[in-house]
Amino acid sequence: MNSLLSAVSVAVVCLITLLVGGLGLRLSRATSDFYVAGRTVSPRLNASAIGGEYLSAASFLGVAGLIYDRGVDMLWLPVGYTVGYLVLLVVVAAPMRRSGAYTLPDFAEARLGSRRIRLASSVLVVGIGWLYLIPQFHGASLTLTLVTGAPDWLGGLIVMVVIGLAVGAGGMRSITFVQAVQYWLKLTALAIPAFVLLAIWFRQGAPAPVTTTAWASPFAAGGVDSHPLYWTWSTLIALCLGTMGLPHVLVRFYTNPDGIGARRTTVTVIALLGFFYLLPPVYAVLGRGYLPTLPASVRSDSIVLQLPATVLPGLAGQILTAMLAGGAFAAFLSTASGLAMSVTGVLDQELLRPGLARATGGDASEIGGFRVSAVLAVIIPYLLSRVTAPLGLATTVGLAFTVAAATFAPLLMLGVWWRGLSRWGAAAGLATGAGGAIGAMALSIVGGPYDGWLGALLSAPAMWCVPLAALVTVVVSVATPGSIPSGTARIMVRLHTPERVALARSRLRD
Amino acid sequence: MSPQSRVRVTSSRRGASTARARPVARDLDEQTTLGDVYIDGLIRAQRRLSLRVLAVLVASLIGLPLLLWEVPSIRTMTLASVPLPWILIGVAIYPATWSLARWYARATERLEADFIAVVEEQ
Repeated sequence: MNSLLSAVSVAVVCLITLLVGGLGLRLSRATSDFYVAGRTVSPRLNASAIGGEYLSAASFLGVAGLIYDRGVDMLWLPVGYTVGYLVLLVVVAAPMRRSGAYTLPDFAEARLGSRRIRLASSVLVVGIGWLYLIPQFHGASLTLTLVTGAPDWLGGLIVMVVIGLAVGAGGMRSITFVQAVQYWLKLTALAIPAFVLLAIWFRQGAPAPVTTTAWASPFAAGGVDSHPLYWTWSTLIALCLGTMGLPHVLVRFYTNPDGIGARRTTVTVIALLGFFYLLPPVYAVLGRGYLPTLPASVRSDSIVLQLPATVLPGLAGQILTAMLAGGAFAAFLSTASGLAMSVTGVLDQELLRPGLARATGGDASEIGGFRVSAVLAVIIPYLLSRVTAPLGLATTVGLAFTVAAATFAPLLMLGVWWRGLSRWGAAAGLATGAGGAIGAMALSIVGGPYDGWLGALLSAPAMWCVPLAALVTVVVSVATPGSIPSGTARIMVRLHTPERVALARSRLRD
Repeated sequence: MSPQSRVRVTSSRRGASTARARPVARDLDEQTTLGDVYIDGLIRAQRRLSLRVLAVLVASLIGLPLLLWEVPSIRTMTLASVPLPWILIGVAIYPATWSLARWYARATERLEADFIAVVEEQ
C-alpha cells in the first residue's frame, strides 16, 4: 500500500513535468526560445523558476540528512546556498543580463575575445554540470528504492528519461514554467508533512530529542572535521562564490527582461530560499527524537523519507511519505533539467552544431542537433552515477560548488569589475583554480582520508584555492598587458550602462 | 530726454549652436574620452556599493563562526529553551540576508537613475 501511494505520487510529478513541458513546446519557435525563453519572463515567475531549479536533492534530502547526522555545524550549508545569491546579486546579476550572452562560455568569449578560453569554459561547464547531475540520479535511486522497493537503477533512469524528453522537446521556455511549478510543489511537499509531524510532536508533550553536546552545539568535539572552524569558513567560501559559477544558475539570468529585473528576481529568490531552508532542520531535530539511530545500512540522506512512517503508522503516514517522495522527485527533476539544459546548450554549440554542419554541409536542422545534445547530456552522467559509489548527496554537490568557485567566480568577478583582465591572466586563473580544486578533491577521495591539516586542506580546498586562482589571474594579467582584449572599453559600457540609456553600437540586439 | 523710436535688441549669436547639443549617451556609445569618464564613474560607484555589501557579508560570515569558536558560552545559551546557535544560523540569518539584498537593489537602482538623468541631459 505504502509503495503504491508513493509510486503514484512519483508518477504524477513526472507526468506534470512532461505535461507542462509539452505546453511550452507549442510556444517554442525560434532557437532563442529554446535557450532563454525569449527573454520575457517576469521577475516573480523567474524567481520561482530559479528557486525550483536550485533546490536539488541536496537541499530536499541531503541537508536534513547531514544535520541529523552531524548536528548544528551543518546548518551553515543552507546558509551558504542562500548567501550565494546575495553575492551573485551584488557582483554579477545585472551586468550578466546586460552582457547579452547566452551562456558562461558566451560571456567568456565576449569579454576576452578568445576561442580557447571559450573552449576551456565549455569543458568546465560540462564537467561541473555532470558532477552536479550525478547526485541527482543517486538521490532518485535512493528515494525510489526506499519508498517502493524498486531496484536501485530505476529511479535514476526515470529522472534521466523525463528530463531528456522535457529538455529535448521544449527547451528553456517549457523549463521555466516547469521550474516555477516545481518550487511551489517542493515547498508544499516539504512543509505540510513538517507541520503535521510538528503538531503530533507537540500533542505528545514535545519530547526532547535524543542529542549529545557534540550534536547540539557548534564546534564540539567529534564534530565535522579535525579543524571545524577552517571547515566552516572554507565551505562558506565554496558555496557563496560557487553559486554564481554554476552553469544552470547563471543561464537563468538571461531570461530576465533587463538588468533591474535580474536584480529584483534575485532578491525574491533569496526570500524563497530562506523560507524553504527553515524546513530541513525540523526533520533533522524530529529525526533525533523519533529515530535516534539508523540501521548501519540506511543512509542518513533518507531521514526525511523515513520520518512520517515512524511517527504516524498507518495510512496518514503513508500519505505523507508519498507526498515527500513526490517532492523529492520534483527536486531531482527540476535541478537535473536545468543542468541538462545548460550542458545541452554547450554540447550543441561546441560539438554538435559545428560537427553536423561539417558532416552535412550545413543541411542539418538546428533543433535536431539540440535534441541529440540533450540525449548525450543526460545519458553520460547517468552511466557515471551507476559506476560511482554515492558519497552524501550534499557532499557531492559541494564538490561541484568548489570547482565553480575556484574557476568561474574569479573570472566573472574580475571580468565584470576590472578593465585590466587579460587573456593570459584569465587562462592562468582558470587553470590554477581547476587544477587546485579538482586535484585536491581527487587526492582526498583516492588517496585519503588524510589526518590533520593536510586532510582539512584537501577535503575543503576552497579557502586556499579560490584566493590563489584570483591572485594568479591578477598577477598574470598585470604581467601581460599586451593580451588585454582591445574591445574591453566597449564591453564595460555594455555591462554597466542601464538599458534605459540608448546605445546603438555598444549593445547587442536581444 | 527726447523721445526716440524704440530699437529691437537681439543677440548676435542667435543662430549659433549651444556649446553641447548631443547627450553624453552618444559619448558612452562611441567610447570617447568623455564617455569613458562617465562610465568609469558609474562603475566605481557601483563597485563601492557592492564592496560595502560584501564587507558586511564577510564580517558576518567570518565573525559569527569565530564568535562561536572563541566564546564557548554562547554555544550553550538558549532563547525560549531553543539553543541560541540554532536560532542564529538556522533562522535569523535568512531575513538578515534578504534585507541586505533589498537594500542593495534599491541603492543600486537609485545610482542608475542618477546616472541616466546625467547622461540623457541635453
